[in-house]
Amino acid sequence: MKTINSEHHLDLTQEDKKVYSTLNLGPTHPATHGIFQNILTMNGETIVGAEQTIGYIHRAFEKIAERRPYYQITTLTDRLNYCSSPINNIGWHLAVEKLLGVETNKRIDYMRIIVMELARIADHLVCNSVIGVDSGALTGFVYVFQEREAIYEIFEEFCGARLTTNLGKAGGFDRDFSPLAIQKIKDLVARLPKKLQELENLLLRNRIFMDRTINVGGISAERALNYSFTGPNLRAAGIDYDVRVMEPYSAYNDFDFVVPVGQNGDIYDRFCVRQTEMWESIKLIDNALKNMPEGKFNVEVPAFYFPAKEDVYSKMEPLISHFKMVMGEIEVPEKEIYSAVEGGNGELGFYVVADGGRTPYRLHFRRPGFIYYQAFPEIITGSSLSDAILTMSSMNVIAGELDA
Amino acid sequence: MEYSKLIEELKLKFEKQIVSVEEGADVPTLTVASDVIKAVIDFLKNKQNFIFLTDLCGIHYPEQEKELGVIYHLHNLVENKRIRLKTFVTKENPQIDSIVSLFSGANWMERETFDFYGIIFVGHPNLIRILNVEYMDYYPMRKEYPLEDATRSDKDDRFFGR
Repeated sequence: MKTINSEHHLDLTQEDKKVYSTLNLGPTHPATHGIFQNILTMNGETIVGAEQTIGYIHRAFEKIAERRPYYQITTLTDRLNYCSSPINNIGWHLAVEKLLGVETNKRIDYMRIIVMELARIADHLVCNSVIGVDSGALTGFVYVFQEREAIYEIFEEFCGARLTTNLGKAGGFDRDFSPLAIQKIKDLVARLPKKLQELENLLLRNRIFMDRTINVGGISAERALNYSFTGPNLRAAGIDYDVRVMEPYSAYNDFDFVVPVGQNGDIYDRFCVRQTEMWESIKLIDNALKNMPEGKFNVEVPAFYFPAKEDVYSKMEPLISHFKMVMGEIEVPEKEIYSAVEGGNGELGFYVVADGGRTPYRLHFRRPGFIYYQAFPEIITGSSLSDAILTMSSMNVIAGELDA
Repeated sequence: MEYSKLIEELKLKFEKQIVSVEEGADVPTLTVASDVIKAVIDFLKNKQNFIFLTDLCGIHYPEQEKELGVIYHLHNLVENKRIRLKTFVTKENPQIDSIVSLFSGANWMERETFDFYGIIFVGHPNLIRILNVEYMDYYPMRKEYPLEDATRSDKDDRFFGR
């Protein structure tokens, strides 16, 4: 985190300085939707250079994780991309399961798919409706936030929390979907297509929206790859890389779904890719609900899955395993693994180095937002300030994910 | 492309500079001498289709002679294969060639690694701290900085593990 005078950075002459002005966008600015700073060097309305400062909400998660038992790290992942916490939680559980060599049953996989796709919809709804807001259409945002609220109500029903969900455990979930939760999911699946269509009717063929977004804030496929873009931003540039398809986890290969790709990698394409992904997510949820296999909502992972509280108080073995878990007397294989899931913003990776101890020796989060946000100056140089703001919201930059 | 064939090729080309090859729990892991890491990544990217830099991060093993390490995850998107590369340097001379010229995305990842481990990436265009404050004078992810108060006496590590 360093504040630099962009004039210094650009190596401007005295003559240039008279022409250019410096504009501070952030750290707290309504258009950044989070705490990070952009120092823009402007020539009138045109951006000639940008310097980013991040780290305002750095919470040292990787260091903290080195002292926490595996089951306590789930709460840290909540706070990465907080728009889709359940994906981060389950991504972490999948990483721990890979480390321990645990196989989950199909019911858990299907439940996970439902929860993750709900989170993806919530994430994309925010991003896409905010593109609308930043281009001047507040209405759509208000419409779809009702549905985001409905998704949060499902999370609340299922795990008790709304935003930082801390959902599930390595080896499954704490509880099954309640009848009310299933009813709420069914209602949402029935209602959401109409709302999504409303948002699309409002924006997709809207002349003003199209003029603001087509061929604005674009990046070529080649540059996007070079910048290690993932997720909707990479797919908008035309590369069909999706972790759900490339390395299927959690039974995603049981399902048939489309991976949408764009052509120009511009704001409009990102909008369309996210929009199509939401349609696909609805189908995925619907299919997973309809084909939900029978089975338990957790598998036995004695060293990691906390036994039920009433058993701890009344039975010998659960008491022992509870005690062992809390005291860190558990066997973790000495292994290094990299496990990735398709987060709301792209490939969310967990690189875990386990040395057999109670906590990871090293844990690194591959945060997609951190990696692609560095391309922002390259994308916005030469465009106007209002386009830069739209570009930022279309990239879905989340401060929690930037700073870890 | 088979991993074994790829590793043969790498060994033929870089000989002793490939320090060790492990099968790895999930992907093959190669430890490479720090002075050829850029050449190895260049070879993998331009000759073997490992066109995607998934991740780059640091690590610290205080008990090793070369304490500090950098770990690269590369992805061959054509054949959907991953590979993990490691390289280690001493704490006294923590210099590794930057790969920003190969992958623009490495820019912030290397800055983050510098920020937390103090590894100097030679040839990096703008190697300054990224997440921590600029006046910080140490590298906080190194193992000599415990997270918990080291003077704390009410908790016995023999019982609680690390």
